[in-house]
Amino acid sequence: MTEIRLKGVSFAYPDGTKALEDLELTVRAGERVAIAGQNGAGKTTAVKLMNGLLRPTEGTVEVGDWDTKDRTTAQLSKKVGYVFQNPDDQIFHNEVIDEVRFGPKNMGFDEARTDELTAWAIGLCGIVKHGEENPYNLPYSMRKFVTVASVIAMDGDVVIMDEPTAGQDQVGLAILKDVLDELGRRGKTVITITHDMEFVAEHFDRLVIMANRRIIADGPASELFSREAVLKESMLKPPSAAIIAQSLGLPEGIIRRKQLEEHILAREPH
Amino acid sequence: MDPVIQLKNVSYRYPVGDEQVLKNVSLDIGRGKLVTIVGNNSAGKTTLCNLIRGFIPHFYKGDLEGSVLVDGEEIADAQLGQLAEKIGYVFQNPFIQISGVKETVFDEVAFGLENLGVPVDDIRRRVEDVLQLVKIDNLRNKNPFELSGGQRQRVALASIIVMDPDILVIDEPSSQLDPVGTEQVFDIIRLMKERGKTIVLVEHKMDLIAEYADELIVLADGEVKLHGPVREVFADPSYMALGIQYPHAAALALDLQEKGMELPFLPIRDEEVAECLARARRKEGRP
Repeated sequence: MTEIRLKGVSFAYPDGTKALEDLELTVRAGERVAIAGQNGAGKTTAVKLMNGLLRPTEGTVEVGDWDTKDRTTAQLSKKVGYVFQNPDDQIFHNEVIDEVRFGPKNMGFDEARTDELTAWAIGLCGIVKHGEENPYNLPYSMRKFVTVASVIAMDGDVVIMDEPTAGQDQVGLAILKDVLDELGRRGKTVITITHDMEFVAEHFDRLVIMANRRIIADGPASELFSREAVLKESMLKPPSAAIIAQSLGLPEGIIRRKQLEEHILAREPH
Repeated sequence: MDPVIQLKNVSYRYPVGDEQVLKNVSLDIGRGKLVTIVGNNSAGKTTLCNLIRGFIPHFYKGDLEGSVLVDGEEIADAQLGQLAEKIGYVFQNPFIQISGVKETVFDEVAFGLENLGVPVDDIRRRVEDVLQLVKIDNLRNKNPFELSGGQRQRVALASIIVMDPDILVIDEPSSQLDPVGTEQVFDIIRLMKERGKTIVLVEHKMDLIAEYADELIVLADGEVKLHGPVREVFADPSYMALGIQYPHAAALALDLQEKGMELPFLPIRDEEVAECLARARRKEGRP
């Protein structure tokens, strides 16, 4: 399996604009990590380094035993799949099923394996009945799942998702949970960029917080949500359960509704 | 109530669709209200916006029954230019809204006014005001396509606000934004409400609705299932059966009730939970 290591990584665009400074980050194989921070903090740049869409200006990025400097983006995409924030940057086939098949086929899987991965991915993403439709006739939230399906169908070790909960309703969030669980069962590493702290609290153990081109905190979400200096610098608002817990004078570290409920029921008459 | 938007027995089917996406919808939206439309995807929310905005029937054909009135006027009979002055529409996806013909944010925001033939000096002044208001003054010389999703969303909003329409229809403004950006956008929406605008908002984030909205329209399968003041709709037992999210505080309270706690009222904002539990302890009623 594939571990990702960023060692002393800085990145500047050709015009000199600095986007990342001195990042140290290791994501172990099979881990589930959320990256949060304001727009412009450097989150998307950081993950683009992991799949070779960008190369570091300083430092090294290792994907498994590869240095991304020595590899093509095509090679890296076999290990690291990337779901863009905007599905329309990514979709270019006229039928959902062709869109999803494209990845595994390009990876060099044979016909049978391609079929198998495609069926698995579109089933998991809840888009089976849209298989023959044009992705652009689907609503935004569904188009996003078309891109999730086309990336997981490539069967790479690492899946990166940029803002997967944006525009999703209750149904979409439930599908996303299934996708995360299934990827977990298959031992995949999942790295998600998100503004959605409820989503982080429910599904991610480890949270990396970025601000001003740097990583300013890295650890268990339950711990980071009670670190006021970090929240202030990153301008993040903790999940609802943490805010309510604080208003009730309950101990720190409560970030999920179920935890909060247990504390309240233990304390209040019912 | 002084209804500014009225739908009477409206049903609609898109030209390529087999089924009606809206079924016999009747509703009134009062002037100056902030009304939120919720419902799961494909419940008909965007279609409802398209109707209010006049895209249906002016742009999308299909089968339309019933009538849509804006300020008492049948929207099907109105000129698109008149509608554009009266109703501003902010798309869900800011990547679609950006015109693509302007090279700076300033010019992009000015584009709509240019098309209406507003004098140049007025355009300058109004664009300046809006850039300040939406806090994108620092982006004025940037190309709209170099902006992040959140920045583009604010540019899209600015390019509509600058037209100063009476009615704003805003489709999921927070979907691309970080928490600070979301707060800024909702501050702008609140400001528009204070200026007397009628605002129709599609939004999935129930905590924001609980904080900002006056009324809630719940759509499911193309029908209006519930419509009323926000607090009443969330407290309506039939809301639960629709499988739509609650504000976090309400979801917590409902779970606690299910476990046998008696609560005096349904909190819909985080900060109401402590008060709700304190009242329960003292066995008091609703505030």
